[in-house]
Amino acid sequence: MRCRKCTQNAQVELRRHGLALCAAHYLEWFEAQTARAIRRHKMIREGDRVLVAISGGKDSLALWEVLTRLGYEATGLHIQLGIGEYSERAYEVTTRFARERGLPLIVVDLAESYGLGVPELSLATGRVACSGCGLSKRYLMNEVAREEGFNVVATGHNLDDEAAVLLGNVLRWQTDALPRQGPVLPEREGLARRIKPFYLFTEREVASYALLRRIAYQHEECPNATGAKSLLYKEALNRLEERMPGTKQAFLEQFLKKIQPILAEGLGAQEVALKECERCGAPTTGETCAFCRLWDQAYRRAKKRKLLPESRAFEPRPRARRVAPEEG
Amino acid sequence: MIVRAPEKRELEVAGNRPLEEVLAELGINPETVVVVRGEELLTRDTRVREEDTIEVISAISGGHGALP
Ligand code: SF4
Ligand SMILES: [Zn+2]
Ligand SMILES: [Zn+2]
Repeated sequence: MRCRKCTQNAQVELRRHGLALCAAHYLEWFEAQTARAIRRHKMIREGDRVLVAISGGKDSLALWEVLTRLGYEATGLHIQLGIGEYSERAYEVTTRFARERGLPLIVVDLAESYGLGVPELSLATGRVACSGCGLSKRYLMNEVAREEGFNVVATGHNLDDEAAVLLGNVLRWQTDALPRQGPVLPEREGLARRIKPFYLFTEREVASYALLRRIAYQHEECPNATGAKSLLYKEALNRLEERMPGTKQAFLEQFLKKIQPILAEGLGAQEVALKECERCGAPTTGETCAFCRLWDQAYRRAKKRKLLPESRAFEPRPRARRVAPEEG
Repeated sequence: MIVRAPEKRELEVAGNRPLEEVLAELGINPETVVVVRGEELLTRDTRVREEDTIEVISAISGGHGALP
């Protein structure tokens, strides 16, 4: 197969676009498509300050790379989850990437800030690891943005992630979640704008970009990811995609275009006002935010199980550490 | 030819045919992987040779609930 734009051997085939490209033209295409998504949805505007969530996997590192190449100054935020060697290697990969490119990075270590990592949090609350982990990551991304003066938080969600979430929500008709899905969640009081510039790239496309750019990303998965429902949804969608190229994109895009506006209008009046959490000041619909409630409960139980000293009080404010480009 | 598959599996299969036939034999959906030979990414129509060693890299990550 030949590249559509030159005579070189094609290295990436994009069946749903009827396109095949050589390495150089693929990299060019990928970056131009990202720039287009950002422009089209006004994801980043003049004067915005961008924080990009970095796990160390292909999606987040590729996103940081592309944003930087497009001329945006994006600061990385890595949350150290304390999930054994997996988290240690994620930290190494992330700091090496930042160091090699001289990019600014902020690190929040869960155990350092709150005395418990994800496994201990799960043990103390009796909830599955991903529940406390996901909630804490969402909270910390916004809190670090608020404290450090960023108004935009970018994440590396790709088409497979978004289509899988949509499928999960549709299978159970989660009418509370459906109106909120999309490439941009607008800024609200106390909430940074959330953007997903890769939402129209498949995972294979992001992986191809990361490999061709020689990005040393973490291939290993979190041990808690095995058996997750989202993986089953991805598998089902990829079986459809293989037979009918373009299915994933049509499923997501047509929902966003045709269905979501109707849903949002129908449910629009119910949008709840945000208050400040009485514990930490973060935006919340109740009196105390979900993060503070989770960790309050975790602290009570962790003390009983002697995972934390009796004297330790829960202090919501995260300890954000700046890793200067030359350190790491 | 030798195929290095995810989870450190190494397999010996017949070469001299298009990559997609090799993937089909191994039950791998081409949409979920990137296949590499040396520094080069292979499209599914590439003819792989008997003496080739290719690496199949999983592109699928997940299980994080709502976040990467
Ligand atoms: S798989 Fe679950 S526990 Fe692991 S990083 Fe993702 S959300 Fe956290
Ligand atoms: Zn070309
Ligand atoms: Zn709070």
